[in-house]
Amino acid sequence: MTEPLLRVRDLKTYFVTEHGSGTARAVDGVSFDLYPGETLGLVGESGCGKTVTSLSVLRLIPEPPGHIRPGSFIEFAGRNLLTLAPRELRAIRGNQIAMIFQEPMTSLNPVFTVGDQIAEAAIVHQRLSRRAARARAIEMLKLVGIPDPAQRVDHYPHQMSGGMRQRVMIAMALVCHPKVLIADEPTTALDVTIQAQILELLERLQAELGMAVMLITHDLGVVAGSADRVVVMYAGQVVEQAPTPDLFARPLHPYTVGLLASVPRLDAPSRARARLHGIPGQVPAASDWPGGCRFHPRCPYAWDRCREEEPPLLDASTGEPGSHTVRCWLLTEPQRRTGRPGS
Amino acid sequence: MSVWNWLAVGGAAVLALVAVAEIRRRTGTGSSGRRFFRHPSAAPALFVLAFFVTVALAAPLVTPYRPYVQIDITRLANHAPSTQFPLGTDPFGRDVWSRLVYGARISLGIGALAMLVAVTTGVVVGGVAGYFRRWVDATLMRLVDVGLAMPRVFMLLMVVALWDHVPLTVLVLLIGLTGWFGTSRLVRAEVLSVREREFVAAARALGAEPARVILRHVLPNAAAPIIVSAALGIGNVMLLEAGLSFLGLGVPSPAPSWGNMIADGWPKMAVAWWASTFPGLAISLVVMALNAVGDALRDALDPRKETA
Amino acid sequence: MAAWLVRRLAASIAIVWAVVTLTFVIVHLAHGSPCGQSDGRPVAPETCAALIRRFGLDRPIGIQYVKYLGALLRGDLGESLALHRPVADALAEALPNTFTLTLTALVIDFALGLALGVYQAARERRFGDIALGNAALFVNSMPTFWLGLVLLLLLAQWLRLFPVGGLRDLVLCPRMDSLPCLADFAWHLTLPALTLGLVGAAGTARYQRAALLEVVRQDFVRTARAKGLPERRVLLVHALRNALLPLVTLFGLTFPFLLTGAVLVETVFAWPGMGRLAVTAILQRDYPVVTAAALIASVMVVLGNLLADVLYGVADPRIRVRAT
Ligand SMILES: Nc1ncnc2c1ncn2[C@@H]1O[C@H](COP(=O)(O)OP(=O)(O)O)[C@@H](O)[C@H]1O
Ligand SMILES: [Mg+2]
Repeated sequence: MTEPLLRVRDLKTYFVTEHGSGTARAVDGVSFDLYPGETLGLVGESGCGKTVTSLSVLRLIPEPPGHIRPGSFIEFAGRNLLTLAPRELRAIRGNQIAMIFQEPMTSLNPVFTVGDQIAEAAIVHQRLSRRAARARAIEMLKLVGIPDPAQRVDHYPHQMSGGMRQRVMIAMALVCHPKVLIADEPTTALDVTIQAQILELLERLQAELGMAVMLITHDLGVVAGSADRVVVMYAGQVVEQAPTPDLFARPLHPYTVGLLASVPRLDAPSRARARLHGIPGQVPAASDWPGGCRFHPRCPYAWDRCREEEPPLLDASTGEPGSHTVRCWLLTEPQRRTGRPGS
Repeated sequence: MSVWNWLAVGGAAVLALVAVAEIRRRTGTGSSGRRFFRHPSAAPALFVLAFFVTVALAAPLVTPYRPYVQIDITRLANHAPSTQFPLGTDPFGRDVWSRLVYGARISLGIGALAMLVAVTTGVVVGGVAGYFRRWVDATLMRLVDVGLAMPRVFMLLMVVALWDHVPLTVLVLLIGLTGWFGTSRLVRAEVLSVREREFVAAARALGAEPARVILRHVLPNAAAPIIVSAALGIGNVMLLEAGLSFLGLGVPSPAPSWGNMIADGWPKMAVAWWASTFPGLAISLVVMALNAVGDALRDALDPRKETA
Repeated sequence: MAAWLVRRLAASIAIVWAVVTLTFVIVHLAHGSPCGQSDGRPVAPETCAALIRRFGLDRPIGIQYVKYLGALLRGDLGESLALHRPVADALAEALPNTFTLTLTALVIDFALGLALGVYQAARERRFGDIALGNAALFVNSMPTFWLGLVLLLLLAQWLRLFPVGGLRDLVLCPRMDSLPCLADFAWHLTLPALTLGLVGAAGTARYQRAALLEVVRQDFVRTARAKGLPERRVLLVHALRNALLPLVTLFGLTFPFLLTGAVLVETVFAWPGMGRLAVTAILQRDYPVVTAAALIASVMVVLGNLLADVLYGVADPRIRVRAT
């Protein structure tokens, strides 16, 4: 198999909060690989640490209150991003690794035209002239499917709808043809119909430009159609990781099973589609992860061992070793799964 | 200055220090108190204020002379700072330190009293405007617009000169009555928003007097911004008083207000810099302390940060 | 936009009218006294009668008010009691000097305040920020005229770098018509403008720092960093452009501050502007001059606020586009 483009090992990103509630261990020992050209889904409920993970990759964590713990390791194209000088890091940001954010409403600068904002990265990284960069911006607007790009290039963000702005964000991220695109919940803030369009656009662009995409979402349904592999996060940790077909056919962690149960059915009436709760309870605060298995208070199968001992990532692969891993004690006692949950 | 005076000054400093420590101990357990003292300048600023207040109250103990005494005008005018006159003497042969301490009574007193007048007026006007609404509100708020359009100094200059010598009480009233416009806007907005909430309607339905209900709910809600603006406002008043006194339009002359002291020392600034410099430093220090306390209070009392 | 501007203008005119009425009342109150119990200087009965006739004080108050308004509309601000000349003439002489002083101070205020605020925000909570923050707080807490006195003492009297006051060297430059005389004028202007500008800059810096730190926490700043822009560009282009919007509001607030400061600074530096004119007039109970100066100051504040509002509309694309 090819070498991974991005290799994350034991990433720990903590926030020291001032008001006495202690350290928030937002990301607590996350490891995964991203291969060239593939789409990796990063899935988990809100508050599981997905955004912090992705921001850590580009070292965009606000410092203070946050910091990436020593011992963490993020390697891109053979270089450790965590020890890179600011200057070299900037040469990677927006150029080799680009990012789009969840909130298209606030992620664009309100006082600059969208054209200027798209052109900016090209001017900085590729030393394009202003005129060439403007032409490139128009080209990018066309690429992301915005009608009348020659006019739209001079518009301000507030003159556009949410879906349009997210397209602009995508144009901005892709202007330098990055090798990796991190898309942090790119569709969460959008209408359902627009969501599908944006996902389709991302898929098409990935095929055209041949980049690797890290698609972050809280909705396994989004991942089902587009991702090659899925990493499921809970409470700052990876709890399950598998190729997409494998994960959907054979979900092993009770959390993954719960997420799958809450995937809206496309054939259901739209009201029921909104959000089905497959898992009782909520993600606890990051300063207050439960001991033992972090999922045990919400797990229907939890027994003594889950409360006392934190499970490691266990290999559950049927094919290539390490392709499907799970952080759950059920793997050691599979008979408990068939028993009545909660006993 | 005698040993006893020095000891008294030291005692005042210790007292101020103890007071600040005590305040910190009492409030440090609450979240507002913790946020207040998290400001690095909050505790020093409180100390400065406590020290000046203590010294002003204990003026006869910490000063060797009465503020009006011209010790020996022929030989002891413009005397440089020394152990006998720690801050020197002014062109009229008066001890600057003694005048500074008694001046604290006047300058701080005017600041606090004028601010009290301003806050009271602002609360009443804002409350009336918000309660009666309609034309009462419209009229009062246009009045506020006018008040905010006129620079306060010009307003005061015009009015102050109606008297030949402005009595201190009138001065305090005038300064206070030109400083309530912002507060009234604040209180009015709070009254209007409280009116809209359900519990007012509920209390009314139960037969409670609406004015009382509003008063009970408005004041606690509006208290934080009022306190903050009052802290900042006292400093403003002190600067205003100093300016007016400097122009000869403020506190009547032999009285040792800090503005008067600057004015008295100014003509001899080149030979006796201390007579004008120390009162100016005192004003700057106290106003700075008030500003710092105001900033810290803003953070401490801001309810939006309560949840964070 | 046009409708908004008309409404805004109407409100401004109403405010000015109210100020005019207030000045009328004050002049009226003041002129009631010289004949009566004006302690100290007794007023001769014939002088008193002359004054009363001259100001038409024997007419009904309504008529007096209408005449006062009419005169103002013609640009007639009355007659100065002490200077024995029309108030409008005296003000016309003083106003350009006040404008020069306040506008220079305004430039110092905003240029220095902006630079300091940005520097402090970039070094948030580090040594430079804390040291400058305390220094700015201290300067901002000084009585403006006292800072003037200190600068005067240090730079003019001891170091002799600047003149001790006045508009220009009357011996060398009776008129301002040559380059050296212009330089001389600038030399005289430096200390008063610096005094006024420094105190203002300290306030502006505090404001600008807070505004910038507020903006820096917003999402689009993170977007700018994610693009790989240098930190300097993130701060000075993306964040600052947004943080300049609140500064426009501050511009409106700065006007009253500068005019207030000018009253005292002009007195300290013997700068023949409107503030000094008003102070001299006050000490002579020359009411027409005092109220006229107050009126002009209020008009300037109202205009300043109007300008700030319009500028805000121009500076913020969100408002600009909606308005057109
Ligand atoms: N700037 C911050 N300061 C303190 N805590 C933070 C900060 N950013 C994120 N966190 C904490 O990190 C945890 C994970 O957040 P996040 O990565 O945004 O979750 P997700 O993207 O999966 O919804 C949350 O509990 C949040 O409280
Ligand atoms: Mg997120």
